[in-house]
Amino acid sequence: MPSRFRDALQSGRFVITSEIGPPKGTNIEKMLHHIDLLKDKVDALNVTDHQSSVMRFPSIGGCLSVVERGGEPILQVTCRDRNRLALQAELLFAHTRGVRNVLCLTGDAVVVGDHKEAKGVFDLDSAQLLKTIRQLESGTDLGGNDLDGAVEFCAGAIVTPEAHPIEPQLIKFEKKVEAGAEFFQTQAIYDLENFARFMEYARPFPVKILAGIILLVSARMAKYMNDNVPGVFVPQDLVDEMAAAPKGEALNKGIEIAGRMIATLKDESLCHGVHVMAIGKEEVVPDILKAAGLAG
Amino acid sequence: MKSITRQKLPEEIEQQLQGFDRVYIAGCGTCATMTRTGGREEVLAMRERLQQLGKLVTGWIVIPTACDDMTQAAMEENNGAIRNAGCILVMSCALGVHRMSTCLARPVIPALDTLFIGIEDGSGCFQEACAQCGQCVLGETAGICPVTACHKGLLNGPCGGTNQGKCEVDSEKDCAWTIIHQRLTDQGRVDAMRRYHSARNYNIAPRPRMTRIV
Repeated sequence: MPSRFRDALQSGRFVITSEIGPPKGTNIEKMLHHIDLLKDKVDALNVTDHQSSVMRFPSIGGCLSVVERGGEPILQVTCRDRNRLALQAELLFAHTRGVRNVLCLTGDAVVVGDHKEAKGVFDLDSAQLLKTIRQLESGTDLGGNDLDGAVEFCAGAIVTPEAHPIEPQLIKFEKKVEAGAEFFQTQAIYDLENFARFMEYARPFPVKILAGIILLVSARMAKYMNDNVPGVFVPQDLVDEMAAAPKGEALNKGIEIAGRMIATLKDESLCHGVHVMAIGKEEVVPDILKAAGLAG
Repeated sequence: MKSITRQKLPEEIEQQLQGFDRVYIAGCGTCATMTRTGGREEVLAMRERLQQLGKLVTGWIVIPTACDDMTQAAMEENNGAIRNAGCILVMSCALGVHRMSTCLARPVIPALDTLFIGIEDGSGCFQEACAQCGQCVLGETAGICPVTACHKGLLNGPCGGTNQGKCEVDSEKDCAWTIIHQRLTDQGRVDAMRRYHSARNYNIAPRPRMTRIV
């Protein structure tokens, strides 16, 4: 069973992914609801891995639910919590259960999360994790031992087009490409001119780039991200546009802005697709796609 | 090179000294003196604190270098006062604590926590520069150790958490990879950063680590 997501990436059409955040606890009803709501509207659903270093229901658990419900999951794997044995074991398990896509991440630092005294592992980094996947595909593990049954994954990574300085990030991007990344989902972008410049640089590489779109829900959120989220820059005109929304209409304005950006990215063929993140507001993702003219 | 220490909280020291009414205090004249955690002044302050707790301080010493093999001789010279004590409270790094525990039969209690091996960077500021990982990459990283200076110890470049040259865990801390990139660029050898580093070998010197010269 090959990766349906890889087929979508290679089809040449504009690809859409979104993401699911597993719950803190065993009540997975809301997560299942979000999966059901989105699985047929997107090409694949990322399931986050202890996002922001906050302990949650595992990414692999969410991915199994996506598979069971007929969707196409992207397993997010960070290097923060597991050494190379545990990472490889999880990849073997994921493959046997129909997961065919992996997003390889270094992972946020432990101290930004809710278990600040925990040990950050980082036995591998994101580039090494990508290489690990390619090695497991060749039929041997990182110890050089033969596998009885190999894996096969469409493997990707992230890149931050708005990072400053950008040069060290681009070197890392190229290392990830060489290590085997087939696709990149970017950190949130809001400045399309800057993103177009990034794409001029990135386009010659043999990878597909999905622009990260984070739904703005208020002007305050935009300012907060500018001050606190590395590599995210919301230009002042968008902050002003959010601030000018009538009371109670900020969410709709955010949906409109996200839809408008996606439509521009698609119409101007700026990149190969989008990754829509509506952190905590997954139920409006269909509205964003509709606003972008992508519904149905 | 200095062993950088921090004094334990008074409550922890008090808890560890429970049941010991007579205490001998040993400081260190090298690292712990420079970091002002176990020099003469701190040893005398500790003596006063223990006396206020109702303990009898049978004697005290600041050993020139607590971790070296002269410590045994210094301990033997003070044998009387040490034998008079129920335990020795050591105000040196863990190397000194270890050294003393090997040459004394009495219980040895650390008063300091050993944080890292560091160098003094400006007056009173100590920085960790080496994690003693056994696989030095400084030749490719313009002298900045990513294993030590990068919060995540990454070998293949920065993570996505770096912002304006600072680290995601502390906006006051420099991103090691931003500095490495800048220095390599200045040296005209930024391509060194493009070399892929495979996963580190944690079996180079299995713990407990040891080496023999002959």
